[in-house]
Amino acid sequence: MLSTYLSAIDGVSAYPIFSLIIFIPFFLTVTFWVIKLDKKFLNYMGEMPLQDSNGSDEEGK
Amino acid sequence: MEVQKFQYDNRIVRDFGIASVIFAIVGMLVGVLIASQLFSPAVNANLQYMTYGRIRPLHTNAIIFAFVGNAIFMGVYYSLQRLCKARMFSDLLSRIHFWGWQLIILSAAVSLPLGLTTSKEYAELEWPIDIAITLIWVVFAINFFGTIIKRRERHMYVAIWFYIATIVTVAVLHIVNSLEVPVSFLKSYSMYAGVQDALVQWWYGHNAVAFFLTTPYLGLMYYFLPKAANRPVYSYRLSIVHFWSLIFIYIWAGPHHLLYTALPDWAQSLGTVFSIMLIAPSWGGMINGLLTLRGAWDKVREEPVLKFMVVGVTAYGMATFEGPMLSLKNVNALAHYTDWIVSHVHVGALGWNGFMTFGILYWLVPKLYKTDLFSKKLASFHFWIGTLGIVFYASSMYVAGIVQSLMWKEFNPMGILQYPNFLETTLQIIPLHMIRAVGGTLYLTGALVMVYNLVKTVKQGSFVPNEAAEAPALTPDEHNVSETKHRWLEKKPVQFALFATIAVLIGGIVEMVPTFLVKSNIPTIASVKPYTPLELQGRDLYIREGCNACHSQMIRPFRSETERYGEYSKAGEYVYDHPFLWGSRRTGPDLHREGGKYPNLWHYLHMENPRTMSPGSIMPAYSWLLTQDLDTASTMAKIQAMQTLGVPYPKGFELIANEILQQQADSIAADLQRNKVPAEPNKEIIALIAYLQRLGTDIKITGK
Repeated sequence: MLSTYLSAIDGVSAYPIFSLIIFIPFFLTVTFWVIKLDKKFLNYMGEMPLQDSNGSDEEGK
Repeated sequence: MEVQKFQYDNRIVRDFGIASVIFAIVGMLVGVLIASQLFSPAVNANLQYMTYGRIRPLHTNAIIFAFVGNAIFMGVYYSLQRLCKARMFSDLLSRIHFWGWQLIILSAAVSLPLGLTTSKEYAELEWPIDIAITLIWVVFAINFFGTIIKRRERHMYVAIWFYIATIVTVAVLHIVNSLEVPVSFLKSYSMYAGVQDALVQWWYGHNAVAFFLTTPYLGLMYYFLPKAANRPVYSYRLSIVHFWSLIFIYIWAGPHHLLYTALPDWAQSLGTVFSIMLIAPSWGGMINGLLTLRGAWDKVREEPVLKFMVVGVTAYGMATFEGPMLSLKNVNALAHYTDWIVSHVHVGALGWNGFMTFGILYWLVPKLYKTDLFSKKLASFHFWIGTLGIVFYASSMYVAGIVQSLMWKEFNPMGILQYPNFLETTLQIIPLHMIRAVGGTLYLTGALVMVYNLVKTVKQGSFVPNEAAEAPALTPDEHNVSETKHRWLEKKPVQFALFATIAVLIGGIVEMVPTFLVKSNIPTIASVKPYTPLELQGRDLYIREGCNACHSQMIRPFRSETERYGEYSKAGEYVYDHPFLWGSRRTGPDLHREGGKYPNLWHYLHMENPRTMSPGSIMPAYSWLLTQDLDTASTMAKIQAMQTLGVPYPKGFELIANEILQQQADSIAADLQRNKVPAEPNKEIIALIAYLQRLGTDIKITGK
């Protein structure tokens, strides 16, 4: 099969494994950060699109 | 605290909005036109500039880069200024960006019907336009980051992160995939060949969907949906996870476009795994969007803006669920090369990009013109007719895809193909193609109603090009002792962009390094030789006419395919294919083993009018190939470009190339004349026949 040509690359299986090794800690770190973020800050950020206009641009309901 | 007064630039927002609406109509019109050609080829008026192969890329480019592209810029320029509490960095750069982009679109609209194309899907534009795109993108990036740097808001809202990921990734994708060797001012050959070219192309194609059609629209969703619903996004936490996991994972999933092709198993499996994983962040985003409407669902009933957005976000959820499912090998074996894929992308384009854009336009235009929408009733009508259009479109294409695929694979009890004539399977789905065109027309009608509604809205309002605003200046960092790292990161646009780029690049590199190793690992097949000069010219005609829009050159290792087309395709057969021409949709049969199947005469008559040889065929007639002279002046430059790319033509071959070309042309013409057709050796048809007769024969020779 065609795939045998490509699997002849030395240590090719390292690439997908490498990808997983990077991704999992990264994902866990982000999740950890996000859980730690304080509520006040999250509320502030979430409200941002609603707070961003002033001056002549009065918001509707 | 000092309060600063400044003005938002609304003019640039309006201009991009107008451009988006205009190109929406143009792109959809061309869409309906090509859809009609698939059941009635005469719709092309027998004009070479209007054949399916040439204007299908016009449709895709108009929708992706003109309609959606301009809508992205409209939304980004509006939301970025407000989220940063600052005017755009430079009005001049805004203008250059706007006019530069429109000029690029214009050049695409001229060059594609002329047949000037690289043939790589969604990257068809030739090299001078590629360079222009790069320059304009840099202008946009400078303007964008300049605005962020001079902002008056300490933190960057999640929408801006999605914009940043878009800007850096599109730059990387565009540059890597567009590397090509110019032959002349409007012709180039891809740097990569065969399998490698396919890998790079679909790494690009997949991620263009991710970072041009998805991430910027997620940014727009995170800004405009809360605006329209007047409540904050459901979970800001979720949006952070959504962002990082999406950009990290998306870029790894490219190989799923090449399942069962000449790609190694491990890369296919990796693509599949990541494609499945993509469901998590995608659905996280969809749920976040829909739940933003918690407690406001009553508004959805009255507010067309929200209706559009709800269906848009839902379509995003459906398409991102379907995508990973399609990447499963067994599903893909059925769906690939069929209308199922066409349906899949249109759920995304019509539902997600289209409806989100319409929602934003209905919200934004009244804001820019300080008035109310002219008619909510008309907007609701647009919503319903558009939804109906999507339903007609998607359902007919699903059925068409599955029906045709099953017919391709059907064997009778004798173990012989039930439908050995490809045309039978085409004729079977013609009624479904008609329904598809009806769906498209309904959708277009809705868009036209929107144009009327928006024009009326504009007429009753008054435009404020520079909107006054004020905000306290951003003071140097004061009291942040307990900041988490992410908050630090997200305050610094440059670092943020850097990290986002790294996240994207890691995924890219994991996929790209093996890709670059691939070339030296494909065993050369001794009998595979470079194309003769005439075949090379013929191949360029094949590219010019966009034959690859309907014909694949990749026979998968299934019995149903080897029975129908012949020996399955080998990676080593493509080593001189700059660019690769595997195609992605079999509207017509695969051509990889076309060489020697029919006599020259058959091809000649078939090109003149396909229906004389295959009654009922929906292929356009290519009568101009019989009368147009082949441009042999380019032969030398083409051979030289191929030599630069490492194709082993002997030294000095470029000088005698035209002589060899002439000999081969004479022999084909002589054969045709023996069969009583008035063929002249210097016509384009001769080169095309030479190429078609060469296809896939390298391996047949060894078999003898």
